[in-house]
Amino acid sequence: MDLSVIADNLPRFASGAWMTVQLTAISVLIGLVLAVPVALARLSANPLLWSPAYAYMFYFRGTPLLVQIFLIYYGSGQFVPELRALGLWDFFREPYFCAVLTLTLNTAAYTAEILRGAIRAVPFGEVEAGRAFGMSRSLILRRIILPKAFRLALPAYSNEVIFLFQSTSLVSIITIMDLTGVGRVIIAETFRTFEVWIFVGLCYLVMSYAILYGFKRLEYRLSGHLRAGPALEAAPTEEALAAR
Amino acid sequence: MLSFHGYGWVFWAGVKITLLVGLSAVPLALALGLLGAWGKLSGNPIARAVAGTYTTVVRGVPELVLILLVYYGVTILLQQLLSVATGGEVLVDIDPFTAGTLTLGVIYGAFTTEVFRGAFLALDRGQIEAAYAAGMSRTLAFRRIMLPQVWRFAIPGLGNVWLVLIKATALMSVVQLPELMRMTDVAARAVRMPFTFYFAASLIYLLITIVSLQVLHRAEAWPNRGIRRA
Repeated sequence: MDLSVIADNLPRFASGAWMTVQLTAISVLIGLVLAVPVALARLSANPLLWSPAYAYMFYFRGTPLLVQIFLIYYGSGQFVPELRALGLWDFFREPYFCAVLTLTLNTAAYTAEILRGAIRAVPFGEVEAGRAFGMSRSLILRRIILPKAFRLALPAYSNEVIFLFQSTSLVSIITIMDLTGVGRVIIAETFRTFEVWIFVGLCYLVMSYAILYGFKRLEYRLSGHLRAGPALEAAPTEEALAAR
Repeated sequence: MLSFHGYGWVFWAGVKITLLVGLSAVPLALALGLLGAWGKLSGNPIARAVAGTYTTVVRGVPELVLILLVYYGVTILLQQLLSVATGGEVLVDIDPFTAGTLTLGVIYGAFTTEVFRGAFLALDRGQIEAAYAAGMSRTLAFRRIMLPQVWRFAIPGLGNVWLVLIKATALMSVVQLPELMRMTDVAARAVRMPFTFYFAASLIYLLITIVSLQVLHRAEAWPNRGIRRA
């Protein structure tokens, strides 16, 4: 074990970790925004809406992320004249763009599936109550179904975010200098394979559990109305009253 | 559009290795999963700590990093250790297939651990007490009462693990295992038709997923055939 290779390259590892965090954050945010309409389309009774949503979700959940990355990054090379005519080639030639696009489409498909389950789990009585109040469909969706569904989806969604965070390591294969990419380059220079991968693994481990902790906190905050309030907890018990 | 310019055979050659490496990893993942679940649920603090560390580390680190660590890192480590131990130069060479099977088995063993743990916790305590009361030994109760039912509770979760595992075999292409992804890659570069080839490969993975889902559906129905439902 020779840890100087880690210490000497700490700034490079840090920039790689930043790239990993950045890719995760961007894909997760756009993916979440994209997942809501996809999940709603998937739940629609209209075949023109649910069938494309179903096909999209099934394809991206049923194929390996690596294939998707290659399909978009290398596959776009088969359509250079067409993409150029559309003015899109400058995007598709950039590994960074292709990575964000693939990760976003991938996580949106998984998130849509999680949201679909959560939306279906919203108690119908709550929707009924909204209707009884004279709320419109879109208002019920906005005020009742979606907030409840997001809360229900949170545990499963935290897993998805962690999976996506770890999956970003695949973008190193298309030459992006994320944490794994930096590790590969440093190994090519120093041949300290074991030390570097152990360190890189530890970084991912710590960050994964940091994300998990963040979601636990969020879950706790969002479930405030389900916990006994401080006033209730502090209220004197029967025995305490009787003893007085 | 759908012409592979004489390279169509790469798909068949690749998918065979993909399925082989995936299926070979399953027994290891199941064995490690049962062992891990036993460790996590046992009263022995050492077993609990080992199983806990195993699932925490494996589930917290990307598969790709673990694959690279095992394939390159462990090889070099073994080489150094053996060289020191024997005093000579020892060359360790793990072939990609063995390394791939072992790595996938170890990674997905951590996920099956959680599945089995949940399944054991879902067992009816009263039945296990009844088994002991009827004089069954621990192993007999395990074999006759617990295992058949754990299976029933675990199959949906194990199915999910399998679906993730078979997709993860694509990562083995980075250590040059000639599975579907690697073979497609070679052909796509040779013919310069990356989209056609990767898209065809993705449809093969999709087909594997569809067939797996069908099989899993049946596997779920079989142990549940005696269960009454409302």
